[in-house]
Amino acid sequence: MDKTQNNKAWFLVLPVLVIVAFSAIIPLMTVVNYSVNDTFGDNQFFWAGLEWFEEMVTSDRLHEALGRQILFSAIILAIEVPLGIYIALNMPKKGFWASVCLVLMALPLLIPFNVVGTIWQIFGRVDIGLLGHYLAELGIDYNYTNDPLDAWITVIVMDVWHWTSLVALLCYAGLQSIPNAYYQAARVDQASRWAVFRYIELPKMAGVLLIAVLLRFMDSFMIYTEPFVVTGGGPGNSTTFLSIDLVKMAIGQFDLGPAAAFSIMYFLVILLVSWVFYTVMTNLDKEEGK
Amino acid sequence: MSQITLKNLAHSYHANPRGEQDFALKEMDHVWDDGGAYALLGSSGCGKTTLLNIISGLLRPSQGRVLFGDRDVTDAETAERNIAQVFQFPVVYDTMTVRENLAFPLRNRGMDAAYIKARVTQIAAMIGMDHILDRKARGLTADAKQKISLGRGMVREDVNAILFDEPLTVIDPHMKWELRTQLKQLHREFGHTMIYVTHDQTEALTFADKVVVMYDGRVVQMGTPEELFETPAHTFVGYFIGSPGMNLLPAEIRGGTAQLQGAAVPLGAAYGPISGRTQIGIRPEYCVLTEGDGLPITIKRVEDVGRHRIIRGDVAGSTVNVIAPEGMAVGASLTHVRFTPDRINVYADDWRVAPIGGAV
Repeated sequence: MDKTQNNKAWFLVLPVLVIVAFSAIIPLMTVVNYSVNDTFGDNQFFWAGLEWFEEMVTSDRLHEALGRQILFSAIILAIEVPLGIYIALNMPKKGFWASVCLVLMALPLLIPFNVVGTIWQIFGRVDIGLLGHYLAELGIDYNYTNDPLDAWITVIVMDVWHWTSLVALLCYAGLQSIPNAYYQAARVDQASRWAVFRYIELPKMAGVLLIAVLLRFMDSFMIYTEPFVVTGGGPGNSTTFLSIDLVKMAIGQFDLGPAAAFSIMYFLVILLVSWVFYTVMTNLDKEEGK
Repeated sequence: MSQITLKNLAHSYHANPRGEQDFALKEMDHVWDDGGAYALLGSSGCGKTTLLNIISGLLRPSQGRVLFGDRDVTDAETAERNIAQVFQFPVVYDTMTVRENLAFPLRNRGMDAAYIKARVTQIAAMIGMDHILDRKARGLTADAKQKISLGRGMVREDVNAILFDEPLTVIDPHMKWELRTQLKQLHREFGHTMIYVTHDQTEALTFADKVVVMYDGRVVQMGTPEELFETPAHTFVGYFIGSPGMNLLPAEIRGGTAQLQGAAVPLGAAYGPISGRTQIGIRPEYCVLTEGDGLPITIKRVEDVGRHRIIRGDVAGSTVNVIAPEGMAVGASLTHVRFTPDRINVYADDWRVAPIGGAV
């Protein structure tokens, strides 16, 4: 059958195209442009090829930041995921206290990032901070401004405080969707508490848990504001994560070329990890629907 | 295995029930004989599942005791009661294989591996899943999952009772019949007490030796399928069992006749004085259309259901259904309906009244 081609429909896509171009494509291309050129201001560009990429790939500074970044993400995932599951399992299922818990859990998520940073920056200060002061009173030598370990602990505790709720709430939603009959059947089958968790709760939570891990991984991998406000990346470079390093390089030192190359690689890494998660997730769905 | 006794049992989901209307299960005394096959029949929300969950210990009754044999198990945990229960919707452990699913209740009780293996093989053959034992339960159809649930319910040999909570709701009709037959066979073979909750009368009548009909939180009658059919103890039983249900007509009872708005209907037996709202009940199967004998009937509709025809009519302001056997001509000449006298039951305030001389 002959169909008359009507290409006017393409115009309907145009607004989206324009928006995406201005919000993503053009800025990204600007970065690409910087990454392959050398510039001394005045919009003068000199072709540099892959020089910046080579420099970045071999840069110790970047390797160190990447190492710190991976360590940070690994630690907070190792704490927040089990803790979130544990909290979700122990939250009341319904009634007044369930609502109270939900509101309390949601609170940290609603606080702007730099406010979270400021809260902990003050909280941990040895001179006026509630935490820092009393730790000092107890005779514990705690000072996040000059001890790298203390700085790390502060930043990690802060992230756990800020984001564990997200994992807990997602898991809670997953748990709520399990029909009561499953628990009843488990009681009839004489399943242990561990077996109930292992064979009923965990499989039913798997989907949301994966989303929680993805979100927490992405967010922690790109973390900037909170540690920047608390430690400024210090002491030394001990809490300088990838984003903080990137900003230092681009704005502090005005090394736009290397910073642009760095950005693009950073972006590709995150894209890769997201893709892996997406694949795993869709496979899980497929198995479910088989 | 043991007899299950319910003593003064009642249950309310309210913390402080104010009156009878707050009780999901009204006070009852009841004995389930060891090795019986019971069906618990009733419409949705009549308390069937509540009763079942109390027996299995998933729910603690607000009052009364539950006894297994001589042992009071009211406060005993489900696991302690050694009961199997199959739920309305399939419950399978998704991440386990079919084999692991079936073995799960045995493994939790520390049975030895050889026994588990033999038992699982046997049950798998029974539910027709022996060829997919090593598949993951995730992704099987609802049918298959429910069969696994049934299998898990039957895998333990030493249970006190097996409780089924509308287990065949999600199974397609052909399979339903097959599984029901298998359950029945299993019952004959092992003699477990089985309690089968359903709202489907065919299912109840074909499965059980004794059918327990519940209505509004009460057990209104417990009897063989025949008893339920011939002498329903409550108008609800008359209405709920049978297709269509029993015809009920308001009438005044005087000795051996019922007065229906001036017309006299002979009864099969004599009755003493009855107080309250009186009705007579007659099954459509025992109504005969005639050309002048009996009560005048206005025929509204005739439905042919294949094996017989159902005539929907109106007698003295009440709806009356008549079942006409196949081959009988239904014409305009049939203007009256005759009730077979000894098949008529008399009800006062919905409860059956026994005639004088008390033949049941």
